[in-house]
Amino acid sequence: MKVVLENLTKKFPSRNKKNPADVIAVNNFTFEIPDGSLVGLLGPSGCGKSTTLNLISGLLTPTEGKIFFGEDDVTDLPPEKRGVGLVFQNYALYPHLTVMKNIIFPLENLKGKDKLTKDEMRDKALDIAKLVQIDTLMDRKPSELSGGQQQRVAIARALVKMPRVLLLDEPLSNLDARLRLQTREEIKRIQRETGITTVFVTHDQEEAMSISDLIVVMKDGIVQQVGKPQEVYDEPINLFVAKFLGTPPINVFDAKIKDGRLYIGDDCVLDTPNAKDGEVYAAVRPEGFILDDNGSLTCKLKAVEVMGRDISIVSSNTNCHADAIRSIISSENAPKLGTDSVKFTLKRNKVFVFDKVTEARIDI
Amino acid sequence: MENKNFKAWLYLLPAMIFLGVFMVYPLIDVFIYSFEENFTSSSQTYTGIGCENYSYILRDPYFLQALKNTVILVLITVPLSTGLSLLISVGLASIKRVRHLFQTVYFLPYVTNTLAVGLVFMILFRPTEHSAGLVNLFLSLFGISPIDFIGGPYFAKMFVLCLYTIWVVMPFKILILTSALASVNKTYYDAARVDGTSRARIFRKITLPMISPMLFYLIITGFIGAFKAYSDAVALFGTELNVAEMNTIVGYVYDMLYGEGGGFPSYASAAAIILFVIVLTITCINLLVSKKHVHYN
Amino acid sequence: MTANNKKTDRISVGKVIIYILLGIWALAVLFPFYWMILTSIKSYGAYSSEYVPKFITLSPTLENYITAFTSVPLGQYFLNTVIFTVATTAIMLIVIIPAAFAFSRLEFKGKNLVFTLFLSLMMIPNELVVITNFMTITNLDLRNTFVGLILPSVTSVFYIYLLKENFSQIPNELYLAAKVDGTSDLKYLFRVMLPICRPTVVTVTILKVIECWNSYIWPRLITDDPAYFLVSNGIQEIRENGFGRENIPAMMAAVVVISLPLIVLFIIFRKKIMEGVARGGTKG
Repeated sequence: MKVVLENLTKKFPSRNKKNPADVIAVNNFTFEIPDGSLVGLLGPSGCGKSTTLNLISGLLTPTEGKIFFGEDDVTDLPPEKRGVGLVFQNYALYPHLTVMKNIIFPLENLKGKDKLTKDEMRDKALDIAKLVQIDTLMDRKPSELSGGQQQRVAIARALVKMPRVLLLDEPLSNLDARLRLQTREEIKRIQRETGITTVFVTHDQEEAMSISDLIVVMKDGIVQQVGKPQEVYDEPINLFVAKFLGTPPINVFDAKIKDGRLYIGDDCVLDTPNAKDGEVYAAVRPEGFILDDNGSLTCKLKAVEVMGRDISIVSSNTNCHADAIRSIISSENAPKLGTDSVKFTLKRNKVFVFDKVTEARIDI
Repeated sequence: MENKNFKAWLYLLPAMIFLGVFMVYPLIDVFIYSFEENFTSSSQTYTGIGCENYSYILRDPYFLQALKNTVILVLITVPLSTGLSLLISVGLASIKRVRHLFQTVYFLPYVTNTLAVGLVFMILFRPTEHSAGLVNLFLSLFGISPIDFIGGPYFAKMFVLCLYTIWVVMPFKILILTSALASVNKTYYDAARVDGTSRARIFRKITLPMISPMLFYLIITGFIGAFKAYSDAVALFGTELNVAEMNTIVGYVYDMLYGEGGGFPSYASAAAIILFVIVLTITCINLLVSKKHVHYN
Repeated sequence: MTANNKKTDRISVGKVIIYILLGIWALAVLFPFYWMILTSIKSYGAYSSEYVPKFITLSPTLENYITAFTSVPLGQYFLNTVIFTVATTAIMLIVIIPAAFAFSRLEFKGKNLVFTLFLSLMMIPNELVVITNFMTITNLDLRNTFVGLILPSVTSVFYIYLLKENFSQIPNELYLAAKVDGTSDLKYLFRVMLPICRPTVVTVTILKVIECWNSYIWPRLITDDPAYFLVSNGIQEIRENGFGRENIPAMMAAVVVISLPLIVLFIIFRKKIMEGVARGGTKG
């Protein structure tokens, strides 16, 4: 089931008496989610990603715009008529019901021709429990489960009705680091096996990058960029997206373009034949540095951190926005001890140049 | 260490003295009184030890009347007030505008003097010099002939007593249930809505189990409170409750102790202990029932 | 768009019904208050000559209030209740704060046992102990004195418990830090604990004031001299012996005067009182 969002806008009345203008949580969002894909909505808190999720679920109704599931316009349908499964951030498992009863709960709401017998419900619940691997825990109460197990029960409850669309709100935020890795693979697997179009919300770019077919980067209610994770990482459309994706984060410098060349300070680092002269931001991915005694970019060496296969060089440059420049190079090329400055050559495809005013990407 | 112990006891001393004199000692003493036969305030001596006080009370028509009144009051007011306050709290939870105003108004009876406002109820139900009273005026709109609610037939008096008792106990129950409802996490309702759960089912399967501990607390305290009813009856019918056939068990205890027919602390003690046993039994039954039906987190 | 309209229409019908039902209960609560004030400003003559009770009065009068204060010692009852309430509440605080402090912060032998015994006292109904207390106070010749009125109600196990729970929430590190700095227990209690726990102390105070203002049973047992009557007993006395004749408007004026202090207190401390009661107060 593909999901189409058309000019979706959601405004909330202002709570601030001094500034009575409406708060625009989602602004003119247009996007088609392909059938059977896993899409991650990504952005810092308050960017409107949870609002978007709630608009798709029907818990909120849009101020403007339309939502289609396949060819059906569901904009005015209440949540229960949309056929969505929703997994809440805190899971919202009913604490007084067993795992089995929690999973069966949505099935018991079915009426008329969809009504199921007790045995059919049990069978369905067990099938889905097997899929998420909690079939041995069916008689426990939620309080007797670990965080990861609760998460699985929540997913099972959302899936048992075979929803047209599965929605997950910050699915991994309540789990510890080790479980997070494991669970995100699990979500990917469940999504593959069921083939249900799935949208999830996260503020963790690594989480979104690792499992999504498509990611949507949002800021202040406005979609910044949509694409496959690697594409967005390799070709960020503006400074915000470039900064938001990647760990360690991208290194941003004040720079200028003069006579078809990119200068950081007085160091000429790249040829930029396509760019006009002027002040710009130059952003370099950590893996975009090559240690080179003849390199053009000179930085002060602060520390060398050995991470096994790679090493991280921490250095500084007065034109860098951050105190420290983080660069990752393979450990064979470690700088000699005792030096207090390092020189780098930059990889062309790891350097992005942005306009100083609009922060939009400039072609080099 | 010695010094430390001593200091702690010093801090506790005032409380322990007061509790000892006015709670622990009386608690023991009341049992002793209840078995001392023919002890009166004026004689200050007793003729024997036994259960005569209990058997006297259980034969005393005034006590039986008080017992009957109290039981009827409990059976009517506890379910009605709990159910009604649940309805009102659910209604309150579903609105936004003027909700605080309603909550404030509903709480007013809690801070009023039971005796004083009881008088207002009395004059509403009682005939005035030239009319049958406001309530009767209202009832006559439905073709019901005037009833003397304060000095008339038993059922009419019991009706007013129940009504006033409910009016008095509602604020506490509404307050407790409103805060219980507010403490239910909203995402449970969202989750249920996404799954297409009907309102009735959400209420039965989610809301009720979630607030069941508080609801149950109200039922227990409701029983205990209603069994101890007294001031409400005094407010409506005056201190001569035996004459008005409106006495309660607690009223019987005080009448035995003090006033026109008073001076019999032994009878009073026996009656108080009977009341205590009844309340304890009911509470235990309640606790047993709750084990099955109440969800504790 | 039409479907949407229909939906909002249906919702608003349901809402209207809810508002109407809630409004009916609000009326049921408020009407006795209205009737009490209304009757208190009708003149005796006007009230007695009504063939149909009137819902408004065009000639309000304050004469009933004057009657209430002059024909019966309402002012005396009022003053007695204020003295009783202030004294009881103040002494109670002096008694229960150290006890709560001892239970929450001091270590001593048998603490758990004593605390358990304290808690079990919470289950003891007042009716059981009132009988002996009545005998005790009578035998001590303290009937018709403030001492006799006040003494039995200056401790409350429940309030000790409430305070102790609140005291215990303060991190122990604060206490240890104060000890290291050489602060005495008493100074720590007054300078650190009480300010932090002020909301609970205020709650306990308000609940006790309400309880005192409305207390009826014990004062009735222990006083038969009107010079020591509290407002509850006073109003009962007025009801039974009246103003020489049955004067309902004057009676209502007295009821208004008696009810007013707590209602004013409630309006000022609305939030505190409701929170306090929600945390575990019960009536009586």
